[in-house]
Amino acid sequence: MTITGNEIIHQYLRHNKKFPHVLCAGCGHGIVLGTLIRSVHQLGLPKDDVVIVAGIGCSGRLAVYVDFNTIHTTHGRALTFATGVKMANPKLKVICIMGDGDALSIGGNHMIHAARRNIGVTALVLNNNIYGMTGGQSSPATPMGSVSMTAPFGQLEKNFDTVALASGAGANYVARGTVFHVRKLEKLMVKAIERPGFNMLEIITPCHTQFGRKNKYKTPVDMYKWIKSNAVDIERFNEIDEGKRGEKFPIGTFVERDLSGLEERYYKLKAEMRKARGEK
Amino acid sequence: MPRRKKHKEIFAQGNEAVVEGALMAGCSFYGGYPITPSSEIMEIMANRLPLTEDGVFIQLEDEIASMGAVIGASLAGRKAMTATSGPGFSLKQENLGYACMAEAPLVLVNVMRGGPSTGLPTSPAQGDVQQARWGTHGDHPIIVLSASDVQECLEMSITAFNMAEKYRTPVILLIDEITAHTREKIKIPHPNEYEVVSRIVPSMPPEWYKPFEETVRGVAPMPPLGSGYRFHVTGLTHDVNGFPTSRPDEVVDLMERLHRKIDQFFYDIQLYEELQTDDAEVVVIAYGSVARSAEYAVLQAREAGVKAGLLKLKTLFPYPRRATEKILGQAGRLVVPEMNMGQMSREVKRVACGRASIRTINRIDGQIIAPSEILKVIMQG
Repeated sequence: MTITGNEIIHQYLRHNKKFPHVLCAGCGHGIVLGTLIRSVHQLGLPKDDVVIVAGIGCSGRLAVYVDFNTIHTTHGRALTFATGVKMANPKLKVICIMGDGDALSIGGNHMIHAARRNIGVTALVLNNNIYGMTGGQSSPATPMGSVSMTAPFGQLEKNFDTVALASGAGANYVARGTVFHVRKLEKLMVKAIERPGFNMLEIITPCHTQFGRKNKYKTPVDMYKWIKSNAVDIERFNEIDEGKRGEKFPIGTFVERDLSGLEERYYKLKAEMRKARGEK
Repeated sequence: MPRRKKHKEIFAQGNEAVVEGALMAGCSFYGGYPITPSSEIMEIMANRLPLTEDGVFIQLEDEIASMGAVIGASLAGRKAMTATSGPGFSLKQENLGYACMAEAPLVLVNVMRGGPSTGLPTSPAQGDVQQARWGTHGDHPIIVLSASDVQECLEMSITAFNMAEKYRTPVILLIDEITAHTREKIKIPHPNEYEVVSRIVPSMPPEWYKPFEETVRGVAPMPPLGSGYRFHVTGLTHDVNGFPTSRPDEVVDLMERLHRKIDQFFYDIQLYEELQTDDAEVVVIAYGSVARSAEYAVLQAREAGVKAGLLKLKTLFPYPRRATEKILGQAGRLVVPEMNMGQMSREVKRVACGRASIRTINRIDGQIIAPSEILKVIMQG
């Protein structure tokens, strides 16, 4: 008997409370959560060993629905909690779920330092280009020229390139996927969870309610169509002339380094120091 | 009689004693960010923790991150601490509130220096007393302890961990720059001379476990992450399972339990020492390094024939009301010296309700309050 996708998801959801969920119809966050569940299932990780650490915002609410150890932290600080958990117990698989405002604005400092110290945490950055839960204000991922509640005449600032940021800061693994390209996203996520060190996966997910409606994407379908036509595999993206790229953005794996995680290095050094002193 | 083993004695500063106490209490995680005058705590931890059996030391990118990491480690089952000073203490407040809400035991040491802002980084002050009580937003219960000398730093550090574990709450240990940097001889107690309390872990099957359940003590057992008890932790107002709620009855249940778990153990938490208060007509109420000046002043006043006494506060919050009430019954005059504009004296005045004449002595120039200054006020009659 084969297990269907729905049955897998059913196994990993909490059944004692909290449905229906908070997400709008057409939101991509549910696709991310489904992909996360399938990835964990595919890797065969025991539920007890998985710790989901989430920030604040729509993405932060995902943690409550899944039957793992879940921590819903303060705004932008998910990676700091995750660092503490991983250092305290390296056996746990720590996965952070953050939004773009969470990871790049208020938590930007934690993001670059988590990448620099290469702590063994998987960071999923759900980028919907907007602060959704607070009502559609500009985030550091809001594209220049688009309209938001706090940029009613058009965003003047340039948006962050999350991939370049994480790569530059030294992350072990950096990738980008979208909720439209689900199979590809699953492959990227499995890698992001499986690998040691700091792994950052940016996921482009649409917010029709707060971003799309103000920016000429009237329905969720319009937003998915935008993702479909603009997300291009990195190999193909590199072949396009820079002048002709327009709104197109690359997806796939950008960085694959092979550095050991901080917790691994710490416990190794600790064992050496203790051995040198004749302790077990 | 078997001969008692002699105590190990060390010559140490307050910051060192805090570390000694923490390690004796079972601290196995330190996450910090350097700041004067608390940095020695971090430096010594960096030397000591990696050599202990399971100790983890990590330097974070800022005080916000260090507080987050300490909470993460606490949820993962560790006895965890961090230390900071003035400006860093302000940054800790955000996640301190989270720790209150999520009931994560931890110890936060604040070595007080002159403020506000960068203020007097290398000078002592006691200006963070009310911030320690009310610094993080929203109604929240908190335990704030203090220490007046190096020996007490060690003892209160152990006490801070014990209270944090017992009540599943963050505990703030407030010391000042003088206590932190004074070097003196202290005794290291034998392991059978002090108590070490650890959080209660659940023994019921995971499906019965409710992480924020109402219990007689108001404190639910707390398992480390990854031990089979999977539950949700959030800073949102939550129900007994940890799931977010805005149902008024569940909100009230949570808020009342959070306060009650501290309130109902007032007598256990409120620590203080009395010196010659039995017949005192004038009582000095002091804490931290100022209490040492006060002690000297009281003894000098006694020599001069004035019936003076000292109430030394070791717990600042919840404020030791009963100890103050007792004194109010007999002493007509209270003297409250502090290295601030008058923060603890607000509590004293609140409890006294006009039943005694209260004189405050306040210094805000980064200098210690000398015994002579306190003696002068005692003798003024």
